[in-house]
Amino acid sequence: MEDRLRDIRGGGPARRHNARTIAALTGNPGCTRRAVLDSAGADKPALAQRLGFPARFGQSRFAITRGNAFEAQVKADGGAELLRLVAERLGVPVPPDATWTDLGGDDDRSARSRVALTAGGDGPALFDHPLLGLDVAGQRVYLEPDLVAARLAGRFHVVEIKSFPVIDGQADPAKVAAAAIQSAVYVLALRELLAAEGRDPELVSHEVVLICPRDFGNRPMASLLDVRKQLLVLRRQLARMARVDELLAAVPAGFTADPTADPARLAAALREVPARYAPDCLAACELAYFCRHEARGHTGALGRPVREALGGVVEVADVLALAEGTRAPEPEQAEAAAVLRAAARLRAEALTGNPA
Amino acid sequence: MSTLRALARAQAVAAGRAQPVAVVRHLHLSDRPLVLVPLTLAGEANAPLAALVGSAPDEARLLVVPQPRNRDQRFAFAAELAGVLLPYLDSFRQVTEAVAVDRGRDVRYRCVDAPQLLVPNPAGVTFLRLFGRSTRFRRVDGDYPVHPSVPLLGRWLTFFAERAEQPGSAALLPLTEALTLHWATGQSAVEDLHLPAVLGWIDPPPGRTGAEAAARAEDPALCPPAGPATDPEFDNHRLAPAVEAYAAAGDDPAARTSAYDELAGLLREQLAPTWELMWRGVGLLRGLPPGARVAGRWAGDRDAFTAHAEHVDAGGGPQPRRDGAVAAALRLQRLERALTGWAVQRAYDDPLVMAEHRLAGEAFVGEVTLADPARVDDSGKRPVLRPRIQVVTAEPVPMPVGATLWSPARPGQKAKVVFVTPGGDGKTEVVLELSGGMGRGLSAPAGSVPEVGERICLTSLSDAFLPGGAFPAPEETPWTHGGPPEHHEE
Repeated sequence: MEDRLRDIRGGGPARRHNARTIAALTGNPGCTRRAVLDSAGADKPALAQRLGFPARFGQSRFAITRGNAFEAQVKADGGAELLRLVAERLGVPVPPDATWTDLGGDDDRSARSRVALTAGGDGPALFDHPLLGLDVAGQRVYLEPDLVAARLAGRFHVVEIKSFPVIDGQADPAKVAAAAIQSAVYVLALRELLAAEGRDPELVSHEVVLICPRDFGNRPMASLLDVRKQLLVLRRQLARMARVDELLAAVPAGFTADPTADPARLAAALREVPARYAPDCLAACELAYFCRHEARGHTGALGRPVREALGGVVEVADVLALAEGTRAPEPEQAEAAAVLRAAARLRAEALTGNPA
Repeated sequence: MSTLRALARAQAVAAGRAQPVAVVRHLHLSDRPLVLVPLTLAGEANAPLAALVGSAPDEARLLVVPQPRNRDQRFAFAAELAGVLLPYLDSFRQVTEAVAVDRGRDVRYRCVDAPQLLVPNPAGVTFLRLFGRSTRFRRVDGDYPVHPSVPLLGRWLTFFAERAEQPGSAALLPLTEALTLHWATGQSAVEDLHLPAVLGWIDPPPGRTGAEAAARAEDPALCPPAGPATDPEFDNHRLAPAVEAYAAAGDDPAARTSAYDELAGLLREQLAPTWELMWRGVGLLRGLPPGARVAGRWAGDRDAFTAHAEHVDAGGGPQPRRDGAVAAALRLQRLERALTGWAVQRAYDDPLVMAEHRLAGEAFVGEVTLADPARVDDSGKRPVLRPRIQVVTAEPVPMPVGATLWSPARPGQKAKVVFVTPGGDGKTEVVLELSGGMGRGLSAPAGSVPEVGERICLTSLSDAFLPGGAFPAPEETPWTHGGPPEHHEE
């Protein structure tokens, strides 16, 4: 199976998952195309470029600089400030000091992380850059979270440092939601790590500490995020996500997502693996512009509320034919067709200036 | 999303251009709105980078923050923006009109016209709200003094951002929403946040479909984003070197000037296309005739502007960071009432909006087939004029007997449903008893009762005055709501 996956991505190395890609994967679990490509570790940005629908996920230098500077500031002095913020937010006494273990680096991070995090000991400790693993769609993926795991009062808390501001106690809801689902991925991975070593997974708290700049300055503040709901969603969707072998069984032989292949051949191959495009994909998936192009003329491309308001009819052409009465509805479309005909009549009447 | 609007989107896809979802304009448009196109620096907390601002297409003024992380420069930008905004606001305060209050026993004065701010998109409104928040508490003395106009700017920006929350207000409008209120594009609501794409659908260039124009508008190399966020490619390859060059110029005046000009030129290039689009959008909206109730809502904006100006003049404090319990309840009620009124008034003004309610079973249109305009009900203490009419409609009539309906043509008149009789031909006969809107006598003036043959729309939506709720004074906040506030927050 590994061979099959390597063939699909065209022989190159598999792209690494991170918490963001996993969180995004749970966003649209019904999309087979994305599940196959992500399981194979295909290079979706290169693929999109090759197909002529380049993704637009560039990051501004200014944003990266600011993010790094804020993180460095919070972690300075062996995490003293971080420790204080986290302890105060959790309502536990601020320990005089804590051990600081940086698990970054190149060699054998997985084993070092496992040993460090499961070694026991209850003293206050901060672990920076741990390497965590998680099974996604039948594949072991490694996460290199930019996070700190804080052990305080005997429990682990995932600490996420984000550079978006919290102004008067409020932050951008979309950014908080993204941080919550990402953190939930880390909580889950950390719990699995502990469980694999025979320790109690509940040692990892479902309360995540989010560190953000306060108001318009650089002073950090800590907030608590309860990620129980996200954990449920994540677990359910990870379980539901078809196992990769079952997924591959439905993929035609010779299917390729090799970014060096001929674009026409690539496009034809991709069309054989169904996607489920929704406008939300534009913000989450590198291939979204290709899928959107393919979904042109479908009501789903206009967003789910539109599609539902149109009675779930899939094609725009069918909607108009039903509304104009030029096509007889299928039995299950009878109700939708009646509403559409009434809507078309009312629209035409109002637009031609009949008094109302 | 109503089915009618969803159908309009489907028709837009098929037609290759946006389709109307309103036949009148539902928003007031000023003769000289202040158009503001802001840009922010990526990654920072609402740090302004540049803005184009002005009240006429050929009066664009460019404001630039060469080092957006520098707080002095940030407040210098605020002072510059105040230098444009505050005189603009003052220009509306010269002429006032007397308005009778308390049933004519008193008068108050309100400005005959009021300022209107236009930004490209909802994110532009958020920018102004946060910029108002970051400036209105600044002090003109102490350790970090700012120019006196800065906190004043903050209070006015906060005023506009709060008005923008109120449905039907036209004091601060994101143009994308103003446009999509009147046209349905062939794309999703997410894509409708992009002003160039929306205009591409509504008014595609010759030879292009709306879809093609919108796709072109998505390429930041061809069409810069309408802000406040910039294109990351632009940041990385053009803006960053220019900002660095400015910083490197140090105190050398010649190098500094040339670096500044370079930076300003770059930013103008990013902003100018959006500036053009803003005025094109304004032009498209001006092409629609205003709805009958637009002026009434604008009077509400004029009232709010006058009241806030007087509050500032009288030395009132800046808006608090958070509302107290009573203020929050009042605000919620005001917004809820505005939302209801806005939906009803749009339906009354616009047959195409009313059609959405007809489809939803909240209204029907029929023909008056019988009328008894002289009918008097003398069963009570005093005889009262209660004409009856019969309306025949082909539309479903889900309203129960006893329900009160209104007709947009005679908004002061109630019509109580007396009988609903389904006919054999799929039509329904509805008998209604009328009250109100006919004077005080026992005979109805001509035109006040619908005549036989008139086509009439009847709806359960009411534009009648909603009395406000009674709330305690802040110092009498009940303990269930935290008790009276202990001190006034800044």
